Amino acid sequence: MALWLRKSLKTINNFKSMMGMINHSSSSPSPSFNQNLRNPPVIFIDSPTYFSSHRYESTRAEKQSDSVYGSHCHAQVMDFPGGKIMFSPVMRFISESTQERVHCYQVLDDNGNPITGSNYVQVSEEVALKMYSNMVTLQIMDTIFYEAQRQGRISFYATTIGEEAINIASAAALTIDDFVFPQYREPGVLLWRGFTLQEFANQCFSNKADYGKGRQMPIHYVSKRHNYFTVASTIATQIPHAVGAAYSMKMDKKGACAVTYFGDGGTSEGDFHAALNFAAVREVPVIFICRNNGWAISTPTSDQFRSDGIVVKGKAYGVRSIRVDGNDALAMYSAVHAARSMAISENKPILIEALTYRVGHHSTSDDSTKYRPIEEIEWFKVVRDPVTRFRKWIENRGWWNGKLESELRNTVKEELLDAIQVAEKVEKPTIAELFTDVYDVSPSNLRDQEKFLRETIKRHPQDYPSDVPL
Amino acid sequence: MPLFILLLEDKEKSWSKCNLCKRERRKMWGVIRQKMSTGSSSVLVLGQRIRPAACAFRNYSSPAKEINVREALNSALDEEMSADPTVFLMGEEVGEYQGAYKISKGLLDKYGPERVLDTPITEAGFTGIGVGAAYHGLKPVVEFMTFNFSMQAIDHIINSAAKSNYMSAGQLSVPIVFRGPNGAAAGVGAQHSQCYASWYASCPGLKVVAPYSSEDARGLLKAAIRDPDPVVVLENELLYGESFPVSAEVLDSSFCLPIGKAKIEREGKDVTITAFSKMVGYAIKAAEILAKEGISAEVINLRSIRPLDRATINASVRKTNRLVTVEEGFPQHGVGAEICTSVIEDSFGYLDAPVERIAGADVPMPYAANLERLAVPQIEDIVRAAKRACYRAESVASTA
Repeated sequence: MALWLRKSLKTINNFKSMMGMINHSSSSPSPSFNQNLRNPPVIFIDSPTYFSSHRYESTRAEKQSDSVYGSHCHAQVMDFPGGKIMFSPVMRFISESTQERVHCYQVLDDNGNPITGSNYVQVSEEVALKMYSNMVTLQIMDTIFYEAQRQGRISFYATTIGEEAINIASAAALTIDDFVFPQYREPGVLLWRGFTLQEFANQCFSNKADYGKGRQMPIHYVSKRHNYFTVASTIATQIPHAVGAAYSMKMDKKGACAVTYFGDGGTSEGDFHAALNFAAVREVPVIFICRNNGWAISTPTSDQFRSDGIVVKGKAYGVRSIRVDGNDALAMYSAVHAARSMAISENKPILIEALTYRVGHHSTSDDSTKYRPIEEIEWFKVVRDPVTRFRKWIENRGWWNGKLESELRNTVKEELLDAIQVAEKVEKPTIAELFTDVYDVSPSNLRDQEKFLRETIKRHPQDYPSDVPL
Repeated sequence: MPLFILLLEDKEKSWSKCNLCKRERRKMWGVIRQKMSTGSSSVLVLGQRIRPAACAFRNYSSPAKEINVREALNSALDEEMSADPTVFLMGEEVGEYQGAYKISKGLLDKYGPERVLDTPITEAGFTGIGVGAAYHGLKPVVEFMTFNFSMQAIDHIINSAAKSNYMSAGQLSVPIVFRGPNGAAAGVGAQHSQCYASWYASCPGLKVVAPYSSEDARGLLKAAIRDPDPVVVLENELLYGESFPVSAEVLDSSFCLPIGKAKIEREGKDVTITAFSKMVGYAIKAAEILAKEGISAEVINLRSIRPLDRATINASVRKTNRLVTVEEGFPQHGVGAEICTSVIEDSFGYLDAPVERIAGADVPMPYAANLERLAVPQIEDIVRAAKRACYRAESVASTA
């Protein structure tokens, strides 16, 4: 021990003097690389790296490889907490970027044909058709609810358009025992688990039948029956929650995992970093699914982070990670399937960065054409639409055709319009629901308040709104 | 190795006095401990030698009828963990180091690392993870090294823990306990010395308790752990080492205090003094001084800040017709302000004198001992206020 300490102290001193040198030599102003990163917001098309790669010899972008120091290592090895570390005579900083960005796992090309050599988990006809019809349902639901908001029938809505594959394919690869901690752009997971269109409508119209008793704004669904935790408006708080639940599941040994979804913007929150770190340290079965859709409301990823997306952050925390084409339902399905089995069998966290694009506006409070080119939106909507791509695949296999397509769309549309009409007519939550569930058992101050309110309404009924059932 | 021993001794001597540099020190410890767990066998031998040394410095040597607050909290945790396998403790330094204030002494050995979790230094992280674990059926007890550091995690305490049951319409309860020292310690400056009682007590969905004595500490912590709602337990560092007599009933493992009920620590008829945590002791001492001058003060130990026991407070004021509130926190929007309002609302006609509010000075806590003393309520302040309320001294206006 003493020997170890002395050795490492010496090392630290050596290192300090090295650092001194570094400080001196790096004090000259660095060349600016302030490119305009906002436009065009290229997301993941083949493109050169954003960063200038010829600043210093020492910062030259390294190849994507684990052996940063190549053959320079010599025999000196330090036994340091966390494992052995080799010394190197070469002063070389690890580059902030790589020449090549982390590859993106894909199964289907834009025309719905499997790429030669792609390995993926087989999907049965039955599952494939359920996946497809759920994706279509999600699309139609978004369109109709969005319109309902525009007509002033509900106060708020946010669509999932462009991200249907992430929603449905990830849900399909999970089981209902896996606990889902969603952001707000994953209603497809609930849909897959059997939440009905009427149930969606009840929540958006905050009526008496809403499982949240009308307490959360539209799209903040919750269903314990479906192991789908309430949507949090606070960005990224669900990520540590998932880790905590996963810890509990690990102790239960029930063979299930926790799954959490979040956007590219959410990864800037401290919660994301704390959650990944904790998950790695505590070794819990959790899958982190980041929907990197390029935009956090109006903030492009280039203003959000300068790393190669999110996938590279996993390694820094000791979390196994993969980058997936989020608009490829088969790739998404396969990646989540594999992630789930690793998470549960090895008690490990897995990070999935799904590359996609937010085709819709952030929410009904947003007009994204103000900050991004319409051509960009159109390109993703037309060329990279995940629903069309998957449809081509099932059509190629002879599982789907135009007749089935129009039948499906008509049925879903009718069902939805029906659901909205019913939801609108259902009574709103009663006055008692203003006070229940603040605590498990209402304390006296809340009981007093409710009593007082009821008496006051009785005395002055004309001064109180008629739409609150007593 | 010599360096190591030195560190250990240094820590033992001063852990109760100086917590300011704890964060710095524990970083050094972190390195050494990691080494212990990942290194060679000789290191492990050393590790085994340290543990008994660290444990030995404080034994439960107190007689059965008197225990200190630290022992009360420790035994409450121990008994609840033993009774309910879903209860677990997490926080910085709660395991190997047995808690920055040794509240979790012996628990790691007894319950293992799965139920006594040393976490990385991220308050927001472990609080969020605690909430997630509570969502999924566990009952986490989250320790903050001090409630000042809970500010980094207040998002999860308020937005996640306090609101989830309501937002999910009762589908997601959050049975979690947040505990740790709160309020002014001694000589540790602004970022270690704030009282957060009124902050947390202003939020529906949370319950907030503040124990004073060993009986309070045992009864309230046990109640908090058994409670289905999120509970904030505001302890006080300076009380940890203080001993109080306890009855056999209090020492029984089934003992529990109701959350929301205050305790009349001392009956009186001339003036009511409300206080919580360390200030209860000050109020009792003030009452003793007042008794010598012929003023009979009734001291109410609030125990629970939310729900607030308005009934007990108002019944007392209706008897004494005078009220002095005492707290260490800031005066504006404080616990005293809330108590004052409750009395104005319910018992205005019974008041014979203006309500007196004793609170910490309206400044961040200064470090220098002379200034620090001026920034927190003193026994004399309570005595003077009680006399003013009883018209036994010059009024505030004439002394101002």
